[in-house]
Amino acid sequence: MSDTAIKPRMEKVPFKEQFFQKLPVLLVPLLALAGLVAIGNPASWLTLTVAGLAMGMMIFIMASGLTVVFGLMDVINFGHGAFVAVGAFVGFTVLAWLAGWTASPSVMLNLGAVLVAILAAMLVTGLLGYAFERVIVMPVYGQHLKQILVTMGGLIVAQQMIYVVWGPDELHLSRPEAFQGSIVFGEAAIEKYRLVAVGIGLALFLAMGHILKNTKVGLLVRAGVENGEMVESLGYRIRRLFLIVFMTGSALAGFGGVMWGLYQETITAHMGSEIMVLVFIVVIIGGLGSVEGCFIGAMLVGLLANYTAFLAPKVALISTIALMVVILMWRPQGLYPVVKAK
Amino acid sequence: MLTKLLSGDTPRSGLLTLLLLIVLISLAFAPFLFPGTKSLETAARICIFIVLVASYDLLLGYSGIVSFAHTMFFGIGAYGTALALSTTGPSYWSLIWGTATGAVVAAVFALAIGLFSLRVKAIFFAMVTLAVASAFAVLVSQMSWLTGGEDGLNYRIPRELTPAFKLVDEKILGVRINGKLLAYYLVFFASAALFLLMLRIVNSPFGRTLKAVRDNAFRAEAIGYRVVWYRTTATVLSAIMAALAGSLLAVWLRYTGPATTLSMEIMIDILLMVVIGGMGTLYGAVLGATLFILAQTYLQNLMGVAAEVTSAVPVVSTLVAPERWLLWLGVLFILSVYFFPSGIVGRLRAGRA
Repeated sequence: MSDTAIKPRMEKVPFKEQFFQKLPVLLVPLLALAGLVAIGNPASWLTLTVAGLAMGMMIFIMASGLTVVFGLMDVINFGHGAFVAVGAFVGFTVLAWLAGWTASPSVMLNLGAVLVAILAAMLVTGLLGYAFERVIVMPVYGQHLKQILVTMGGLIVAQQMIYVVWGPDELHLSRPEAFQGSIVFGEAAIEKYRLVAVGIGLALFLAMGHILKNTKVGLLVRAGVENGEMVESLGYRIRRLFLIVFMTGSALAGFGGVMWGLYQETITAHMGSEIMVLVFIVVIIGGLGSVEGCFIGAMLVGLLANYTAFLAPKVALISTIALMVVILMWRPQGLYPVVKAK
Repeated sequence: MLTKLLSGDTPRSGLLTLLLLIVLISLAFAPFLFPGTKSLETAARICIFIVLVASYDLLLGYSGIVSFAHTMFFGIGAYGTALALSTTGPSYWSLIWGTATGAVVAAVFALAIGLFSLRVKAIFFAMVTLAVASAFAVLVSQMSWLTGGEDGLNYRIPRELTPAFKLVDEKILGVRINGKLLAYYLVFFASAALFLLMLRIVNSPFGRTLKAVRDNAFRAEAIGYRVVWYRTTATVLSAIMAALAGSLLAVWLRYTGPATTLSMEIMIDILLMVVIGGMGTLYGAVLGATLFILAQTYLQNLMGVAAEVTSAVPVVSTLVAPERWLLWLGVLFILSVYFFPSGIVGRLRAGRA
């Protein structure tokens, strides 16, 4: 070993370029500020902002799996919404069994019930994701057209199966005692559940960031997104990695489904396809395959949807489409385009 | 002459020709062969959906683009006609300008969406259209002052097309020759004309180029065809056709609402019809639409019988209940994408070779 061993040269990205790349981070506070100006009343602004962030966090939970799956394997799962719906139904069923826990005033029991429900939902949707990947997605790798069609077919079948298992009616369930009501903060009333949702979403985002940045699996996932063939040639089975990611993504969708169900307190079999619209917008805004972009996109959509619902209810849904159009005009590949080395 | 009418694209299979002839003859003489209101409704629905599904095939089968906004264009056409008829009265003039406006608006929408999102990826287009279409559906149901919201619009159509108008006093072959019959034949001949027009389009040099773009966009671009332009034009053409089909539906039903034109269920139905019938051939649209609508109308009764027979068996009876027929279609859909992606028509043609 000589001292002249070639050292890898780390390229320093110039500050200006770095700043430009990170620019989308500023969008969220900018939008919040614009909302404050437009609404005028700080108290209602605070309520709406927390509501928007909560909504954004829940969408992020559901969308993150989809975007990583796309980044890694170039697979877009139109049946992702089915996992959301199944997760919500499983979660509600478990919560209904644990009615004694949810009705008690003890915060710990309430939390425990929700935790059990979430775990059950994640387990079921994770296993469902396994089946989905093996049966539906695997035969059509690399064929986008067929993927879209087949996953859409999977969505239809899954929705119908929900009808078979849980019946045609929608389910109602009120939140556990501890999450009901709101905290009054100055003049602003903030629902407790929304704060919980923000907390969980933020924790999940940080955890995902940590796993992707600091663990071996995360490293492989990131490498796979950039160049799957190279990862494979280094001896890693990318198909198995993908299966793990797909199952995790499905489980997260189920997680998001429970959260969303508790937020709305009513769930239907087609809730998945309704939420998918928002999820798709978020994934497109963020840039297909990018987790950070997905997070920022989810926050933007959540905030904007709540602000416009307050200011001009009729245009609420159109506003998110408009946001997507504006963002794509600025960055045609989304906020954080995923660069494939090919 | 016949070959020219079909633009040189003959069915190329004996059995397929037979099936198509059966469909054509049944539809052409539907009022006489199958008297009754329900069967006439079914026949008209089949005619309209053949056009709608064929126009979707123009995108999916011939251009390889997945769009979820097809019902939006269908709805734009239907609402264009409906609004014209309800605001300016039941005259032919308002029928024509309503239809034309609907088609133009659909074309402009398609152009905007196409230019905006077809540059990137097929998958992108699918997601964008899904988002735009659902926003449009919400918008229509919220602008109740214009569109009647969820209730939709009821309006009158020119008197000659309503059952109250009698052309001949006597019955011919036991069928009353009234305005409803005229309306049916309006739908039938308009659908036939639109279908032949689409056949012309896909067999023109333009259609050939579309297939080239579908099969290998990169190579087509290299030869010198502007891929984005071809894809966008296909989107616009298919949107116009869908809008015209929507206008036919508006005239036939004398009612236009979100449930009959814009709902996601119809979008999924169209998707199923195209894939089961056969992508990339317009005859697939004919068979797909016919089989699907017949099944929708009559198979559900059969499933009801099956559910009653199996009512003692707990799980099976819920699985075959008539409301669950979409479950089986979904399974059929997935299987057909895997095992015979060219659908019924592809199967029949392959069987001949």
